[in-house]
Amino acid sequence: MSGPSTYEPKTGFTKWLDARLPVVRLGWDSFVDFPTPRNLNYWYTFGGILTVCLMIQIITGIVLAMHYVPHIDHAFASVQRIDRDVNYGWLIRSIHAVGASMFFLAVYMHIFRGLYYGSYKAPRELLWILGVVIYLLMMAAAFLGYVLPWGQMSYWGAMVITNLLGAFPIIGGPITEWLWGGFSVGNATLNRFFSLHYLIPFLIAGVVGLHVWALHVPGNNNPTGIEVKSNRDTLPFHPYYTSKDGFGIALFMVIFAFFVFYWPDALGHSDNFIPADPLVTPALIVPEWYLLPFYAILRAVPDKLGGVLLMFGAIGILFVLPWLDTSKVRSMRYRPLARWFFGFFVVACLGLGWAGAELPDTPVPGLGAIGVDFLLLGRVLTIYYFAYFLVILPVLGFVEKPSERPASIEESVLGNTSKPAPAAVPAE
Amino acid sequence: MTEAVENTGAHGQEPSRRDFIYIATGGALAVGGAFTIWPFIDQMNPAADTLALASTEVNIGELEEGQEITVIYRERPHFVRRRTAAEVESARDVDIASLPDRDARNFNLGDGVPATDENRSAMTAEIADGVEIEDALRAALLVTSANCTHLGCVPTEGAGDYGAWFCPCHGSHYDTSGRIRRGPAPENLSVPVMTFTSASVLRLG
Repeated sequence: MSGPSTYEPKTGFTKWLDARLPVVRLGWDSFVDFPTPRNLNYWYTFGGILTVCLMIQIITGIVLAMHYVPHIDHAFASVQRIDRDVNYGWLIRSIHAVGASMFFLAVYMHIFRGLYYGSYKAPRELLWILGVVIYLLMMAAAFLGYVLPWGQMSYWGAMVITNLLGAFPIIGGPITEWLWGGFSVGNATLNRFFSLHYLIPFLIAGVVGLHVWALHVPGNNNPTGIEVKSNRDTLPFHPYYTSKDGFGIALFMVIFAFFVFYWPDALGHSDNFIPADPLVTPALIVPEWYLLPFYAILRAVPDKLGGVLLMFGAIGILFVLPWLDTSKVRSMRYRPLARWFFGFFVVACLGLGWAGAELPDTPVPGLGAIGVDFLLLGRVLTIYYFAYFLVILPVLGFVEKPSERPASIEESVLGNTSKPAPAAVPAE
Repeated sequence: MTEAVENTGAHGQEPSRRDFIYIATGGALAVGGAFTIWPFIDQMNPAADTLALASTEVNIGELEEGQEITVIYRERPHFVRRRTAAEVESARDVDIASLPDRDARNFNLGDGVPATDENRSAMTAEIADGVEIEDALRAALLVTSANCTHLGCVPTEGAGDYGAWFCPCHGSHYDTSGRIRRGPAPENLSVPVMTFTSASVLRLG
């Protein structure tokens, strides 16, 4: 989609540089003059928001690592010291901790956006797969980072998740011991988790580079799901989307700042204010909110290995999604049935998150009278989660009759002047 | 090249010394690569000082009937319980065939031993030379890992359907022999290697 470069170096220095390392040209072609569909709505702003989130996490993380001590005897105290004694440590630690939640909030918006508008479909399969890789790396980084403060929930979260690997026959035991570097989650584990937690953001940055590259070859998808056909369908990225994304980022920062300044611990767990104790388990071990749906899927299966496989399968299935969705129409805006099933899917994901946060045998409020507990709710929603990918999307492609689509992106935004009284489509 | 020639190399010629060099270099890279990677994988395994911490001594002399203590052995909590006669009896009354895990999971015995209460209790512990210890005490003593075999939580004492240990996190019930009876945990709580080094000291590991 990116045609011949329009960059023209003007000063002596940029001419000199362009002949040796055309990095300014790359930036110009990718983020200034890049032809972008003119109808992108605010759901598309989360890409830019995510870039900001990654930078915030890396910068605050580098600073925190200057004060944090990765040793079981000192880790908890060093975090308290950051909060109390280090200059602005309270602020930087809160930004990092809240930032993790904000990062996931944004990535979920970004993923659901992609699911709704069919952004994973040809020719963007690899773009989607790289996105799932980033998501996996994010989960790994979040888990490793959550262990570092060495509170009760940190320690026991690590215990539960590493014990999952023990479910695999024969190799399970040696692999968990290898991962621990001892007979249990201990100092060796904390030390290596810190090292890896520091590494993964840079891996994420690398895959983000590939993700953006894979985006810029076919170009953006858009809410109509129709490919760009002429120059009239596009706008240069700058100033149109830099300003739009800038506004979106500013709004996002207001929410971010609200949590950092007024509610910094709302998204964490109170048990993490208790130092890790290998002798006492918290009554309820729960992961961070953004991993709860997968925790609910894990618990939905009575068998240990089965639960582990299903939990990994819930993410693994995203890798093959481009080949599971058989519909020729990309955007669900023009798929009347798929829209409904997608809506249920979003509800199912939220419901799984709720089920994961509660004890399995607690009755669901309102449904307890008919014998529905959170285990049953989790099971039903787990079935829907997998059915959505394995049954609904493949079958819908054959049975659904898509509604009429506009002839071009331009028509969807500006209307077709050749048609009498065009139906007003709001410009987004 | 129009005719097929047997024994040709990659460039349609007889295998040359250059082909040999290519293959030998590739082979050396593969073998050398494997040898290089191994230290970077093995460094994650438990270090020598960690392995050296592999034994713990428990004073059982002051343990009263029905009392339970938790000790750390190999970085993990372990239950040491001097069971009451009733608890031992209820553990012995269980039909092995009805157990979800019929293996004793006792490192003193090895694999494939039935999970009878005798095979799980300190009856299976070694006794150092010259040490005298009552059979009743050995039968009453139960030492097991204190991490639920499901996801590693520490089960609470005196709870659950079998009056012994219960993991509230995901609902695993253990009996007075530390055997899994109900819930998602796949295995009985494991019994560590033990030796009575004196009449009042039990060494784990």
